[in-house]
Amino acid sequence: MKNHIHLGIWVFLVLLVLVMLYPSRGFAQEPTPPDDEVNAIAKQLYCPVCENTPLDACRTSACEQWRGLIREKLQQGWTEEEIKVYFVAEYGDRVLAEPPKRGFNWLVYLVPPLAFLAGAYALYRGFTKWRISRSPSRPDSREVPEDEVGIEKEYISRVEKELENR
Amino acid sequence: MKKWLLWGGLVLLLTILALGLIRTQQGQIGVGEKAPDFKLVTFSGETYHLQELRGKVVVVNFWSSWCESCKPEAKDLEQAWRDYRSRGDVIFLGVDYVDTEPEAREYIDQFGITYPNGPDRRTDISQAFRIRGVPETYIIDRDGEIYHRQIGPFRSLEDIKSTLDPLLEQK
Repeated sequence: MKNHIHLGIWVFLVLLVLVMLYPSRGFAQEPTPPDDEVNAIAKQLYCPVCENTPLDACRTSACEQWRGLIREKLQQGWTEEEIKVYFVAEYGDRVLAEPPKRGFNWLVYLVPPLAFLAGAYALYRGFTKWRISRSPSRPDSREVPEDEVGIEKEYISRVEKELENR
Repeated sequence: MKKWLLWGGLVLLLTILALGLIRTQQGQIGVGEKAPDFKLVTFSGETYHLQELRGKVVVVNFWSSWCESCKPEAKDLEQAWRDYRSRGDVIFLGVDYVDTEPEAREYIDQFGITYPNGPDRRTDISQAFRIRGVPETYIIDRDGEIYHRQIGPFRSLEDIKSTLDPLLEQK
């Protein structure tokens, strides 16, 4: 009987040691995403309250809340694209630094390069015309009517005569 | 042909620019103008269409949890709602502008707000009203026209009542 008690105690102690040695299974704690990760997404977004200030640089309470929301979504495992889609769904296209390429938004992408090309073409045309008009005319090649030649000769001989008389 | 294309493009571009400028210079919705129709889905999932509220006086309050000047009027608006609610011919709607939901819900709890409140999804409602900030409150008469535009907060419960009462007395 005594032996049984001893054995029981030993078994209990061995089990206790084994349980203590067994690595405890910890639950993975979601790491808090660093500021850099949050700001990488935030700089692609604009809060409608503070126009022209990217979310990563804006210091208002509204923007702080938005950055908090990005952090929360990252913590939940959302991807950058999913977060941007969420913000667009909640607050509209205007939160994006780059408007999505659809509908009227295409104007943003097409008009500036087209205007640049049109301007460059207009400059080229203007410059070419200007060069042609500035190129020296060759008097030899000019066709002078017969009667004009006579008048000119007469005029020159009169000038020469007057100069001789002086 | 080339010339026509160039001129056509230029006219189109200028038209777009002009339309954009007109839109930005439009200013806010004025008293006497038709209130833009909108749909508000509240935080609790109910849907309100302005058009379906014809015949009632509608008080539309734009607010946000990050807006400090919204806070003093929140309690007064709630009190006004409680005072008028039993009449049945007036409804208050809270439009939560550019906010985050947990903070918005906290705000509603903090001020014990019981009138319908919902987020301004995609900022559609605030854009339709062309608001410049929060708080702004629009009182819409029974015909759907803007009766009063409050830029900034109401100063007190009396301020709200003295604005609303003359309209409610009209039949």
